[in-house]
Amino acid sequence: MKYKVEMKHITKVFGTLVANDDVSIAIKTGEIYALLGENGAGKSTLMSILFGLYKPEKGEIVIDGIPVEINNPNDANKMGIGMVHQHFKLVETFTVLENIILGIEDVKKGILQYDDAIKKITKLIETYQLNVDINAYIKDITVGQQQRVEILKMLYRDSDILIFDEPTAVLTPQEIHELINIMKGFSKEGKTIILITHKLNEIKAVADTCTVLRRGKAIGTVKVSDVSVEKMAEMMVGREVLFTVEKEDITPGENIFKVENLSIEGKGKKIVKNINFDVHQSEIVGIAGIDGNGQTELIHALTGLIPFHHGTVTLNGKDISKTNIRTKYETGMSHIPEDRQKHGVIMDFDLQSNLILQNFYQPQYQKHKFLRFDAILENAKTLIEQFDIRSEGGPRTILRSMSGGNQQKAILGREMARAHDLLIAVQPTRGLDVGAIEYIHNQLLAERRRGKAILLVSLEIEEIMNLSDRILVMYEGEIVGELDPKEITINELGLYMSGAKRGASHV
Amino acid sequence: MSKTKKLLRKFFTALKPSLIAIGFGLLIGLIIMLIFNPGDAFQALFTLLIGGFNGGLKGIGNMLYQAAPIILTGLAVAFAFKTGLFNIGASGQMMMGAYVAIYVGVRWELPFGIHWIVAMLIGTLAGGLWGLIPGLLKAISNVNEVISSIMMNYIAGHWLIYLIRTNIFNGSYSRSMNILPSAQLPMLTSIFPGSSANIGILIAIAVAIIAHIIVHKTTLGFQLRASGFSMDGSKYAGMNTKSNIITAMTISGLFAGLAGALAYLVVGKTIGTAFEIFPQGFDGISVALLGLGEPLGALFAGIFLSNLRMGGFYMQSYGFVPQIIDMIIAVIIYVTAISIALQAALKIYGDRIRAWFKRRKLKEEV
Repeated sequence: MKYKVEMKHITKVFGTLVANDDVSIAIKTGEIYALLGENGAGKSTLMSILFGLYKPEKGEIVIDGIPVEINNPNDANKMGIGMVHQHFKLVETFTVLENIILGIEDVKKGILQYDDAIKKITKLIETYQLNVDINAYIKDITVGQQQRVEILKMLYRDSDILIFDEPTAVLTPQEIHELINIMKGFSKEGKTIILITHKLNEIKAVADTCTVLRRGKAIGTVKVSDVSVEKMAEMMVGREVLFTVEKEDITPGENIFKVENLSIEGKGKKIVKNINFDVHQSEIVGIAGIDGNGQTELIHALTGLIPFHHGTVTLNGKDISKTNIRTKYETGMSHIPEDRQKHGVIMDFDLQSNLILQNFYQPQYQKHKFLRFDAILENAKTLIEQFDIRSEGGPRTILRSMSGGNQQKAILGREMARAHDLLIAVQPTRGLDVGAIEYIHNQLLAERRRGKAILLVSLEIEEIMNLSDRILVMYEGEIVGELDPKEITINELGLYMSGAKRGASHV
Repeated sequence: MSKTKKLLRKFFTALKPSLIAIGFGLLIGLIIMLIFNPGDAFQALFTLLIGGFNGGLKGIGNMLYQAAPIILTGLAVAFAFKTGLFNIGASGQMMMGAYVAIYVGVRWELPFGIHWIVAMLIGTLAGGLWGLIPGLLKAISNVNEVISSIMMNYIAGHWLIYLIRTNIFNGSYSRSMNILPSAQLPMLTSIFPGSSANIGILIAIAVAIIAHIIVHKTTLGFQLRASGFSMDGSKYAGMNTKSNIITAMTISGLFAGLAGALAYLVVGKTIGTAFEIFPQGFDGISVALLGLGEPLGALFAGIFLSNLRMGGFYMQSYGFVPQIIDMIIAVIIYVTAISIALQAALKIYGDRIRAWFKRRKLKEEV
């Protein structure tokens, strides 16, 4: 059997970190090949080597049976290798057409020639159903459409080895579905596809073969149809992972948190429009929505990070609309912020100081305005133990030197340990690996069991579906649906998120 | 035993950037000396380093006398640094402190032992007030404190001339009037005979320790440092970032005001009526940088800088003109100021070189 792409014994070192350790993969023509692994497992590094962005310390690349040297992305393009990066590389103020031909424009006597390009692109769009207006500006089209532009860029350059780096991270369920069909179409046409992802369901849905990477090493290569999702997860994390969250039935208690007619204005228009909802004890209310539909602004307003112009917010029967942030905390609010490094912590403080960030002025941590370091250390030790926060130097570790997962655990621990009745958790698992996600989900459910009210904002649909007792969908700054997760499907939720469906309440 | 060792190592690690900076500065200084006077360069460098100690107890006393104000302006800058603010207006705050202290020293008649204390405290307050203004501007309407505080220097410089001329003018010298003997800081001549040393250095040391305690041991310091590292983070934590800015600038101004009071509550020291911005305020920036932004660091850096200046004075005996000496000192301060950038560069290149060796080793293994 002849392979389209072979990477043999690739080793890549960054400083003291071995990103790829003797990794070998072999991909057949027309195959959809998945690279699976947690964050930092070395998937992107391996593909960046194939695309000519990095040079490996050792190892060899063979394309169509011929050993090749790929020194830069231009070399890769010449060999028919194209890549859609996780963060798109498009010029926002150019049109779709201009972006596609950028770098290989057809020029006659110093004047750009568009006709041939337009013909070729139109044909590609028809063949692969990549619907996008080629005269639209990038800044005006959706993220899903932008991704199609990236795909068209590869096709326009006649690439037949297509690398997708985490392509579904930014898409709605419908768009993911379409992308999967597009990929399958490519495969039928004989193009070879490499998919980088940490989402197991997608691999199951689309890939033929899968190589699992863990800490830079290739753990194994499997035929996707032969193994279960659970087995792949186990290979990826190195231990068994429970997928179903054990969520028992609890009748919600008293109304803790109430938002009435909240609107936020910015730049002359309303970013958040007339929001009304409440959260009860022992209830997880999930806010679903595609990024940028006003969720961030809504949470910032509720937690006091930005002011709002209209509406009332009530916590524990007290109007906290206009109070300062400390008073909100004292009234019973805990907040796991969306941008944990910007808001959630002081990166240059040590762990123990970060664990008392909001409480340092309270009597247990100060006496006559002098900090009580013994109590601070004691608190840190308790939380480190309880929430399994790992760091090099324990309570005195500077937060910046800790891993993202452990920083998040520190915030989680602090917010859960503080006296509170309402927990606002925004994207609590963003960027974390399967093991850490499982842990955080269980902690949120434990909060629910303890009778806390929880407001969960997430871009991950499954997270919302699995954890929430009620789902509010935000679209263009409005709540367009209040849904019961037991009664709807992920696809239905996706329709609300994309604005295609609205109004009808399932509750 | 191992605990002291550990402490020493920690101390050394913290000091390393400053020591490297000083080393670099002295090296460049030495090159300049070699150019102008190759024969005596090494001896001159030695003299420069020994500084005030060249003059025995008298020299040390004078060195400490000059150190007090720049330790305090250094503390002023360092304290604002801790809150993420750059108080470039220590000069102006010091001038206001100096004027008010002299005014009280000239015009008020109070008993010995009390007069100097009152003059010093009121002068300190004047500095604090002068620091409060840019603090308020920053907190209320986000006016950049660098610009507003440097402008406050010019306002202070001109207003000072007007105030001296109208209130405490000594027409025959065209300078401010002499303070009453009761307003003079107690001298330390019994310890440092023949020198100008006074209680100012002890006050500066005490204030440095107090500043250290405020920054590192109190809830106020906790908030200020949090704001200094991350405004967003401290806002999220429910701290009042606006009042933090105001508090930090005011305390910073108090330190600079005290510097002015200590420098001028000396019989015979007066302020001239030609426009001038006190250079000690800018020395404070060097002192704070050399002291790595730490209050205790500023204490040692202030003494070091003052000693270097005294060393420059004694270097004249080797035929170096004062301008050359100033240049050498300026180079040392300059190199020190960029030491943090230097450190970062060294670290990056160090990592690269290590990574290169590692790659080579890997290749050899293949």
